[in-house]
Amino acid sequence: MKPAPFDYVRAETLDEALGALAEGGEEARIIAGGQSLVPMLNMRLARPSVLVDVMRIDALSKIEPKNGRVEIGAGVRQVALERWAALAGTLPLVAAMMPWVGHAQTRSRGTVCGSLAHADPSAELPLALLALDGEVKLRSKRAKRTLPANEFFLGMMATAVAPGEMIEAIVLPAHPMGTGTAFREVARRHGDYAIVACAAIARPGGATRLAIGGVADVPQAVALPDPSDPDFDDQLNEFAWSLNARDDLHASARYRRDLVRTLGRRTVEEAVACRS
Amino acid sequence: MTINPSADRWVGRSVPRVEDAALLTGRARFIDDLPTATNTLDAAIVRSPHAHAEIRRVDVDAALASEGVVAVVTGDDVKRLTRSMTVGVKANVECWPIATDRVRYVGEPVAIVLATDRYLAEDAAERVGVDYDILPAVVDPVAALGDEAPVLHPSLGSNLINERRFSYGDPDNAFAAAPHRIGVDIAYPRNSCTPIETYGVVAHYDPGEDAYEILANFQGPFSIHAVVARALKVPGNRMRLKTPPSSGGSYGIKQGVFPYMILMGVAARIAGRPVKWIEDRIEHLAASVSATNRATKLEAAVEADGRITALAWDQIEDCGAHLRAPEPATLYRMHGNMTGAYAIANVSIRNRIVLTNKTPTGLNRGFGGPQVYYPLERLMQTIARTLKLDPIEVIRRNLVPSDAFPYRTATGALLDSGDYGTALGRAIAEGGYAALVERRKTARAEGRVYGIGLAAAVEPSVSNMGYITTVLTPEEREKAGPKNGAQATATVAVDPLGSVSVKVASVPQGQGHRTVLAQVVADALGLDPGSVSVIADVDTGRDAWSIASGNYSSRFAPAVAGAAKLAADRLREKLKHVAAGQLNTVPDDIAFEGGRIASRANPDNSVSFSRVAAAAHWAPGTLPEVVDQTIRETVFWTPDELAAPNADDEINSSLCHGFIFDFCGVEIDASTGETRIDRYVTMHDCGTILHPAMVEGQVRGGFAHAVGAALLEEYAYGADGSFQSGTLADYLIPTVMEVPEPVILHHETPSPFTPLGAKGVGEGNCMSTPVCIANAIADAIDAESVTLPLTPSKILGLIAGEEPQAKNPPRKIEPAGPSGQRKLTGEGAAEVAATREEVWKMLLDPQTLDAIIPGSHGVRRISDTHFAADVTLGVGPVKGRYKADIELFDLDEPNAVTLRGKTVGALGFGEGEGRITLTDIGSGRTRIAYTYEAGVGGKVASVGGRLLDGAARVVIGQFFKALANHAGGGASGAGFLARLKALVGGGS
Amino acid sequence: MLLTDLIRHAVGATGTHVGCEHGVCGACTVQIDGEPVRACLTLAAQAEKLDIRTVEGLEPRPGELSPLQAAFREHFALQCGFCTAGILMSLDALFARKPKASEREIREQLSGHLCRCTGYAPIVKAALAAQAHVREEKTTDA
Repeated sequence: MKPAPFDYVRAETLDEALGALAEGGEEARIIAGGQSLVPMLNMRLARPSVLVDVMRIDALSKIEPKNGRVEIGAGVRQVALERWAALAGTLPLVAAMMPWVGHAQTRSRGTVCGSLAHADPSAELPLALLALDGEVKLRSKRAKRTLPANEFFLGMMATAVAPGEMIEAIVLPAHPMGTGTAFREVARRHGDYAIVACAAIARPGGATRLAIGGVADVPQAVALPDPSDPDFDDQLNEFAWSLNARDDLHASARYRRDLVRTLGRRTVEEAVACRS
Repeated sequence: MTINPSADRWVGRSVPRVEDAALLTGRARFIDDLPTATNTLDAAIVRSPHAHAEIRRVDVDAALASEGVVAVVTGDDVKRLTRSMTVGVKANVECWPIATDRVRYVGEPVAIVLATDRYLAEDAAERVGVDYDILPAVVDPVAALGDEAPVLHPSLGSNLINERRFSYGDPDNAFAAAPHRIGVDIAYPRNSCTPIETYGVVAHYDPGEDAYEILANFQGPFSIHAVVARALKVPGNRMRLKTPPSSGGSYGIKQGVFPYMILMGVAARIAGRPVKWIEDRIEHLAASVSATNRATKLEAAVEADGRITALAWDQIEDCGAHLRAPEPATLYRMHGNMTGAYAIANVSIRNRIVLTNKTPTGLNRGFGGPQVYYPLERLMQTIARTLKLDPIEVIRRNLVPSDAFPYRTATGALLDSGDYGTALGRAIAEGGYAALVERRKTARAEGRVYGIGLAAAVEPSVSNMGYITTVLTPEEREKAGPKNGAQATATVAVDPLGSVSVKVASVPQGQGHRTVLAQVVADALGLDPGSVSVIADVDTGRDAWSIASGNYSSRFAPAVAGAAKLAADRLREKLKHVAAGQLNTVPDDIAFEGGRIASRANPDNSVSFSRVAAAAHWAPGTLPEVVDQTIRETVFWTPDELAAPNADDEINSSLCHGFIFDFCGVEIDASTGETRIDRYVTMHDCGTILHPAMVEGQVRGGFAHAVGAALLEEYAYGADGSFQSGTLADYLIPTVMEVPEPVILHHETPSPFTPLGAKGVGEGNCMSTPVCIANAIADAIDAESVTLPLTPSKILGLIAGEEPQAKNPPRKIEPAGPSGQRKLTGEGAAEVAATREEVWKMLLDPQTLDAIIPGSHGVRRISDTHFAADVTLGVGPVKGRYKADIELFDLDEPNAVTLRGKTVGALGFGEGEGRITLTDIGSGRTRIAYTYEAGVGGKVASVGGRLLDGAARVVIGQFFKALANHAGGGASGAGFLARLKALVGGGS
Repeated sequence: MLLTDLIRHAVGATGTHVGCEHGVCGACTVQIDGEPVRACLTLAAQAEKLDIRTVEGLEPRPGELSPLQAAFREHFALQCGFCTAGILMSLDALFARKPKASEREIREQLSGHLCRCTGYAPIVKAALAAQAHVREEKTTDA
């Protein structure tokens, strides 16, 4: 289990990184924390010919709150976000999710944006981006563009990042005052990929939103009525079915739908209960 | 000064382990830490991605031409230089450590690449080209017996490699007379104890002497040494086997490293240089060894009060692709114990051993125990449930009575000691059983799902080397000559400075043997354990050893520590004579304590131990007549009780028999199906306890393995034999979060058959705990039958009612294509600005196909409806290059067509079928709808199974969306990512 | 090259062990700039110029165990010892940052490690004992 040969470029600036990416084309790949990429390198599932390391680019390692939004650079490690003092106040949903992201020993290296680029449908951070309606700032040597979460994820481990392009940062809207949020997850073991992960947001106005990870190929969200509404369960059930759950080694499709219905309801109830 | 050696013994105390300082500071020496000769090559193994296939061709040229490569070894080389490994039953079958003409499981070695480092070896391994003709596979042991089943070894004629029937007492009459016949039908799954350190081998070959020297983290039994030497075609004395000072766990598994000793020995011979191979985790999971899975039907003849008068066992043991030594150990190890902890006089047994397209099996902590106690203790609960009796009473009424020891079981085991009734009673009282029943009552009253499980077990230890021959008929055994015993050996030696060393061939895998041996010998010689040095690794060229040497079937405390005591006692007796001379007294007056040897009558008359002990080095002439030397005592010890199986097939399969009684309470989360072990109590009788903390450590460790087996772990195979739990993200080992702390109780009845009174203890919970937890879960959810591992999904499946249906249900796709493989299905549709006829043309045009097949590097037309392509497929960073073969069927121009494709590449192989229908939707537009079913196998299926469905959807989606775009003129036709980019705005 | 291979085979510090090479078992955990990381998921090149600490760096002096190491011995928190180096590095990093980590936090930290021998309970006990010892020392110093 050793990686196939590759060239390694350590970029000191964003321009250097984008230059190396442009040169490498389809065969180039960003390496940030490497916590998703290196296992695939070791198993030789992935074999990029050039790895561009962006972790020494100071400009990318910032968490910047401004105008009710938080921008998280491509070099921000998960542990930095987890320990960011303002996290619980600004992004309580993300604060609730962070301990579920891998293990301390992978959060210490793994980056927030790296997890999004990997786009594992069971991972928590893609779910957070979608649940919060966040945005992804993409950049190539020639252009910049910003995509909303639902346009960023194209499928299982597939994103809208084009060759020569990299995630520069993501932007997460901070919760307005009084928003209730909740997160719940069932995994086979602590720290495993979620079988079903539920993130709920209850806005002060009354609208609730439930996002589900681990079931469909990409995280999916739905607007739901108040859990006391007689239609709630029916709507949640339609949503559960719409996710096209599959059987796998760890759980049946039916089990996943069951969890969407029960855990999903519980999560929404919790979000509603902590709304003010 | 008081001299009373027995009052203040080291044995029985939890002294700190002598092993720990090195292990805690990074100084311990495991196999991959040891220096190697500078010209040593690293090996990488090319393995089969298929469960069953004929090997058409192995092309090593490209690999040989790769950087750093010295040699490539194939099955033909191994066949030329070795002979087939010995098989433990009489059967017309060969057993090679590498595939020769056929592969029979995913991960079976096919070639070995030897290069100057592992990175280069792995680079070159990818360039070994192997052409396979895929054969149908069989993975289920019952199916393997069917007439239609593909046969793994044609020379056998079927997959049944051995069958034996046994009858003890009069089971037929007992069943006829009993008022109840109660049975269970069990499929026990495969799992593995997976040590954190994988296999490792370093092999040297000396052509001048035609001798092999092999270092391996092998754990024994050293009967395997004979298997390896015979396979390598050298006498035993030309096959020197060494083990490293430390080994990173084994639990039986490292017995299975031996085929790689043969392979690396051959590799070193061919390369003319030493060869080192360290197994990686993917190799370990796919192809080391696992426990057997077993299909068992067990029936009991039961009286109205729950007393069992007869048992009828029907066991189908699945040993995987080859019956590899020491199998069928797993099936026969328990043969004397098929009645568990119970006094049941009549037993019938039908044992069948089958081969399937899965990894060959081997020893695994508790081997044979979990497979027997799961049916037996599920049966006990089923009897209680059926007859509406208290499950404790059903167990209690059947236990071997306390006054019956030593007790001969129906199948021949001699249960050495025990007081099962008292141990059970103490467990119930001290473990808080009544309170647990209250907790269940309260929980159920509150609507919670709570259950209690029980299990009683006899834990055999110190295997009789002859039990395995029970698989032979008495006539076959007669011909082969008797096999029996359990030779243990220990050497106690004195150096010229009078300090004491102990040498054993126990090959510890982390259990702390060196600490306990220092205690045992220190007690015998009146020394501080810290002053006794112990070596427990083996060099067969130098050390005392026997076929029974090694670390298995819990033989250390009863056998090896006992042998060390006997050796130390023998030295002590001699030293008494020497000391008596020096102290002017008689040997009977001599006592050993505190590093001195003294007269009991006059304790001030003493001399240092080292002075007496070293006399044989410095002044042998001064030794009394009766003492030859005091430099080295080697003891071989084998218990008389371990006789060969008799003509009635009765076998005392193990020397010692511990007793376990477990109970537990579990709570199930009714909305998620998750199990929480609320309380677990485990009562052990392991005889005399030599080191309490280590005994607790063994119990806790076995318990953790068992929690994994009960709730998490399974070697999962697809119907086509693809291995699905190929990483530690899919083979789920419990973490600190999943393992509760059990309450451990002891009731000691010393074994009369072992020198120290000790019995084994390390395997018991692997036998009792899986079924105890299963019984609790079955009790909680009131289920008749439960199958391990009890995942939340399975449990919820058993308790959930009718599922609420969707108002707009997604369309179900009926699988229609290749069967067996991991099946992926899907559907989709796209609307395009082209007529049906135009679209139809595209589908039959190589240039169009080249443009729309994701990652195509060129499409070649073989016939009008048959194309070959070279493609790069993948999602995200997971990409591989494949050769694809595409055929069109069922052409219904211009309405519908079926595409059938096959791909083969480094990451695996796949085949799929898709039906495309074209519908005219007016204004020159066409709706392209497709459904597909695909199967994927090989590496990607083993390590990335979780992601496969979605990945296949992405790739197949790309194809049809590209078709849509092409038809609509939207596709650029450049790279696959470029097309993907184009899809963002288009597609369906 | 992976950081594990650099540490073990180029530097020769073989106290760091390799168990899975895909980031699950935790045996290879070392500290980079004080944080516990999987050496098998780190390219050697990524670690250039960073401060790497392995189990070999835990002993205060040769032959003397640190309080954490001593607690592991006292509580029989290891058997084969193959996973132990990684566990020590994780706990050492936790206690350096959070000397008062709760049992919950200790378990969270340990959940990133697989041990097949001990059943974990003695590891938790050793960690709690070591933590108490370190706290005591700090109190005495103050």
